[in-house]
Formats: sequence, C-alpha cells, structure tokens
Amino acid sequence: MSFTDILLIMFGVILVENFIFSKFLGICPFLGVSEKPATALGMGMAVVFVITLASGATWAVYYLLLEPLGLEYLRTVAFILVIAALVQFIEMFLRKFVPALYSAMGIYLPLITTNCAVLGTALLNIQKGYNFITSVCFGFAAATGFTIAIVIFAGLRARIDEAEMPRAFRGFPITLIAAGLLAMAFAGFSGISFA
Amino acid sequence: MNDILIPVGVLAGLGLFFGIVLAIAAKAFAVKTDERIEAITELLPGANCGGCGYSGCAQLAEAIAKGEAKPNACSVGGNAVAKAIGRIMGVEAERTVRERAQVMCSGTGNLATKKYVYRGVADCVAAQQLGGGDKLCSYGCIGLGTCVAACPYDAIEVVDGVAVVDSRKCRGCGACVRSCPRGLIEMIPYGATQWVACKSQEKGAATRAQCRVGCIGCRICERNCPEKAIEVSNFLAKIDYSKCTGCNICVEKCPQKTIWSAKIDSGRLVITREMPKEKVK
Repeated sequence: MSFTDILLIMFGVILVENFIFSKFLGICPFLGVSEKPATALGMGMAVVFVITLASGATWAVYYLLLEPLGLEYLRTVAFILVIAALVQFIEMFLRKFVPALYSAMGIYLPLITTNCAVLGTALLNIQKGYNFITSVCFGFAAATGFTIAIVIFAGLRARIDEAEMPRAFRGFPITLIAAGLLAMAFAGFSGISFA
Repeated sequence: MNDILIPVGVLAGLGLFFGIVLAIAAKAFAVKTDERIEAITELLPGANCGGCGYSGCAQLAEAIAKGEAKPNACSVGGNAVAKAIGRIMGVEAERTVRERAQVMCSGTGNLATKKYVYRGVADCVAAQQLGGGDKLCSYGCIGLGTCVAACPYDAIEVVDGVAVVDSRKCRGCGACVRSCPRGLIEMIPYGATQWVACKSQEKGAATRAQCRVGCIGCRICERNCPEKAIEVSNFLAKIDYSKCTGCNICVEKCPQKTIWSAKIDSGRLVITREMPKEKVK
C-alpha cells in the first residue's frame, strides 16, 4: 500500500466512516464521559494511545500466531485477551515511568479495556486485510475520529446543560437527540469519495 | 482431537503468557505508595464534593498522609471520620464544629421587587451579567439554582425565587458557598437558631424600596442584644455566633422580620419564623 492509500484510509475513518457516527462503536464512553470537554479530551487521548498500540499487538498475534495454526476463528476471543492484558500492562508501565501521563488518563485506562471500539478496530484491521503499518495508522486515525467526535459532543452538552429545556427532555433524552443530530451532520461527509 | 486441543492450548497458552508477563510487570513496575492513603480514602465519605478544597476524596487522603492537610479537613465526615483518620496518622484530631449552609436572603417572590422579567439561560451567573439580575436588590438571591446544581447532596431547592438549604441533608461541604455569584450563602454552626437573612449593604431607605424584608441597618437588634453579639456595619446586621445564646430577642425586635429563627426539635431544625406582611403595592 502506498503512502497515499494510507492517508486516504486515515482521512476516511476520521470523517466518512467515523467510529461513533457511522459504525456505532464506542457509544458507551461517548455518552458516559462527554459531560465536560476536558474529561472528554482525556478519555479521547487514552483511547488514541490504547487503540494504536492494540492495533499493532493484535495484528502481530493474528498473523504470527493464529493464522499459521489455522485458528483464524479464535480471533475475537484472543483479541479480547490481548487487549485486556495490554491495557493492564500500559497502566502499570505508565504508573512507574510516566506518572504525569498516568495521572492525566489513569482513570480512563481501565474503562477502555471493555471499549468495543478497541476490539472493533482490531477486527476491522483483519477483515480489511491491512498490513502492519496500515493497521497501526488505521487504529490511530479511528481513535482520532473518536476523540474529535467525543470532544465536539462534550462541547455541545456543555451548552445544552445551560439551556432552558422542557422537563421531559432534560438530561438523557436531549443528549440522545443531540447525538443523533451530530451523527446526521457527520453523515454529510459520506458524500465524499476518494476514487 | 487435535482440532480441539490446539485451540484450547493456544488460548490457554496466551492467557498463561499474559498472566506471567503481567505478574512480572506488577513486580518490576511496582510503585511504592503510602498505604495510609488507601486507608484514609476508605474512611472518607467518597462523595468527592470538594468541600475540603481538594478535587476529590483521594486527593485529600494523599494530602493528609503527606501532612499537608489536617486529619479533620473533611467537614462532611465530621468528628467520627476525623478521629479515625487521626488514629491512622497517630495524632489527636481537633474537634470539628458541624456547620450548615444558610442562604442569607429572604426576598421571595412577593417581598422583593423585580426590575425586569428574565427569560435567559437558567443560571445565576448568566442572569447576574444581565443588569445584575432581575431583582431590584443587587445583593439578593437570583433564584435560578446555580447552587442547586453545585450541591452534591441534593440539599438545596429554590422556593419562590430564593434558594433554601434543607438542613437535614446539608453536610456542610461549602460547595454552594463557592458557587453563588453573589456570595449569599454562609456557613453557620449547625445549632445556630438565629440568622440575619439579608446581605444588602444599601442604606435603609434604599433597601426598603427594593425589598420588604431587607435589613435596613436600624440597629434595634444591636441595641437590644443582651450579649452584644450583633454588630451593624454597612447597614447590615451580623451575628457573632461565639457570643449568641439564642435568646431570640433580636428576632422579636426586628421591625423588618429579617432575622430568622428556628428551634431544634428532636435533632431537626424547624424554622419558627414570623412571616412579614406582603408588600403593599
């Protein structure tokens, strides 16, 4: 794959095939950790970090271990194992060597273990047959798209919180409606083709 | 047979491998932490209200363990928690006085005059920026509930345009005190049964024009207080709770009914305030 192909894949997964708005992956943190832009950014950064590393690790496990043994069908289970272990490892590593980064995103790391966007990225990398470099770039871009989405949404929610609202819509209902509207806005990108 | 054994073996092997790696990492990357921090965190209420000035209970626990904060820094936990933390730290904790938040305004809907109808963002800070709020009085409660949102214990409610703290739910964390754009909420001793529910520093005549229940600084309470516990400065009475005995004379003498009273009935604070007559139009 050429450099241009990789760039197009990255651009595509950030805007056109955004994980949250068109693949519906990672909805839980999208709704749960989007109350303040600052925490949303912290969560986003942690997701970028983990997905990028997990893309590389799962690629290696798949092509170096599962495929040679003919165990492709085990990938979902194996990837869950790899991701969980990786997140634990990263947490310990950061705590020891990069305490500043740990205190910035430490509380988000355990949450990411079960974030389906991480597993989704790993499985998509295999499904699309990407090589190692492309997988890592795809993971990084997917997580960047996730971060952009969650930060934009947190900004919206901060405004919604202040607004006067019919009682029935207060809290979660209006949050879901706003998420839907934002997804529609992102649907505008789907017209872009890279042919 | 191999079709079953190999996948099982591979998965079990992967799990074992990761388990061993993590076990080694846990030893290799172990960070020495003060076990007192965890013990103190356990003791703290865990509401992360920020009443102590730290961002959460874990941060306060860390500060206490380091000696930067006193064992009794958590006003919410009160004496019991302070004592237990003092035991961990090996020091005798000073007694804490339980406090409660009190909104120092009595200007409800028909008592305080409004200057315009506010239809903006439901937030006191926003209203304050629009000509200083909708009440004529620039000291009184705006009543849009910024403190209600700030209270981690769901103890505040806006009743008829003025925030009211439910003393049974109030844990004395002071989050509302910091949230109020007008600095209207004060922490007073939990057992205090008299308070001046006004913050207006306007001259008497000006206060009277704005609100039926504002303190006009007439000094009647100051003169009548047998303990000399009330002092009027800037046309506003203030009670010194270290001297107040709760004799209720000031409440009876106050011509504006600005001083509120309450009695403690089987542990509960019951307001026994005499309501002023409604504003004459």
